[in-house]
Amino acid sequence: MGDRPIIRVQHIVKSFGDVVAVNDVSFDVRPGEIFAFLGPNGAGKTTTIRMLTTLLHPTAGALELDGLDVTTHRTDVRKRFGVVFQDPSLDSELTAWENMDIHGVLYHVPRHARRERCELLLRMFELWERRDDLVKTFSGGMKRRLEIARGLLHTPKVLFLDEPTLGLDPQSRNQMWTHVRDVRAAEGVTVFLTTHYMDEADRVADRIAVIDHGRLVATGSSAELKTQTGTDSLEAAFLALTGTTIRDESATAADQMRQVARVWRGR
Amino acid sequence: MTVVYILWLREVKKYLRSRVQMVASLGAPLMYLGVLGFGLGPVFRRAGEGSYLQFMAPGVIGMTVLFTAMFSGIAMLWDRQFGFLKETLVAPVPRLAIMIGRTLGGATVAVLQGLLIFAATLVAGFRPLSVLAVPLAFLLIALIAIVFAALATAIGSSLKEMQGFQMVMNFFVMPLWFLSGALYPLTGLPAALTVLTRIDPLTYGVDGVRGLMLGTSHFGVAVDVGVLLAVGALFVAAGAWRFSKIEA
Repeated sequence: MGDRPIIRVQHIVKSFGDVVAVNDVSFDVRPGEIFAFLGPNGAGKTTTIRMLTTLLHPTAGALELDGLDVTTHRTDVRKRFGVVFQDPSLDSELTAWENMDIHGVLYHVPRHARRERCELLLRMFELWERRDDLVKTFSGGMKRRLEIARGLLHTPKVLFLDEPTLGLDPQSRNQMWTHVRDVRAAEGVTVFLTTHYMDEADRVADRIAVIDHGRLVATGSSAELKTQTGTDSLEAAFLALTGTTIRDESATAADQMRQVARVWRGR
Repeated sequence: MTVVYILWLREVKKYLRSRVQMVASLGAPLMYLGVLGFGLGPVFRRAGEGSYLQFMAPGVIGMTVLFTAMFSGIAMLWDRQFGFLKETLVAPVPRLAIMIGRTLGGATVAVLQGLLIFAATLVAGFRPLSVLAVPLAFLLIALIAIVFAALATAIGSSLKEMQGFQMVMNFFVMPLWFLSGALYPLTGLPAALTVLTRIDPLTYGVDGVRGLMLGTSHFGVAVDVGVLLAVGALFVAAGAWRFSKIEA
């Protein structure tokens, strides 16, 4: 792992009108590490990823990826990362191969290299046999694997994974992280991920940052966070850092009822 | 160019694979052709205007192209809602190339759909002036398709919800079709309707197709082509500008 951070975030702020989604957040990500960016719903994780992936302009602060200013060198920055968004971004009416091929063209991967790379990644992610099938016939886990394979097609330096295991069964989640670790080992890609599954972050991440209400509340390895909070699991550390209140942004009626019950029991 | 081509190809492949959608979208034009074409035919003939089917067939082709091209805006909203748009927006390519690829794809699908309905009009009894007129007319139809696919891109880039586009279809696209002179001649209209038909770009499209296929044009084919080129340039510029502003 090199010395210069592959991602550098300095005093970043993002406001939407009066709402400050990300408030003075700073952190570095080292080359080749798996970095987990954790936080409750609405904490600012996806907004931060959107800024790092050039989809949103920060209101203030500086963002660097591989030494390049993300806001002024957008095209060069885009060549350097792959991204798997929180919501699926495959074209389900196309085949797995066609989705990969379009990505290769969009990232200027030469035709011959594109074919080789598509085959390599589809084999690695166990999708080669289904390459000519329409994506709409795939399971959730297969779609996620295909998105990750696609994100790696242009050999990026950084792979952003925004809640990539959401809605997957434990087997698919386990298989997906195995693939991600294999790719990191094989290609040295830096992985920047968000997840709500603390066990996953505990298992795969080298370092973890925790964001809450748009502010960074802790950074360190899983062990460091546990020590810092005096807890014995990452989930307990996370709750100690962010509290137990369900966030209004995504709380369903059932969630809110549970919260009322919890408060009632605690009286 | 490769980026434009691959995004164009994506639209065409999706169209060719969705046979049900292809056939279903012919329903409305065929209904107009069958019900109005044959239903109003005797009245039109008694008024000394000749065959109504001959008169309205270019209008029905124009309708098909208009609606299909405008639906490419819905496809963009769909891509926005279901994610594929983001995949293109984070790619290291100019947004203009993405926008042109999508627009040309939408326009091509509209022309293919126009070809299908043209075949249906031939079966129904429509007869163009000459065989040579048909390819020329389809060049103009391609221009109509580009004009409205670019407009759809501009509108699709400005909206975030599917419901918004439904409003656009009801309160903007339907009037474009009814005001285009597809169903009635452009002469002898009330003053207000005359003005409205003149500011509707589809009017010039239908008039141009009629001019090329039947040899009867209200404005003259050169004027029709000139207006469509000007409006097309305006809509492409608007589409490119709105597309460049999308924040996913």
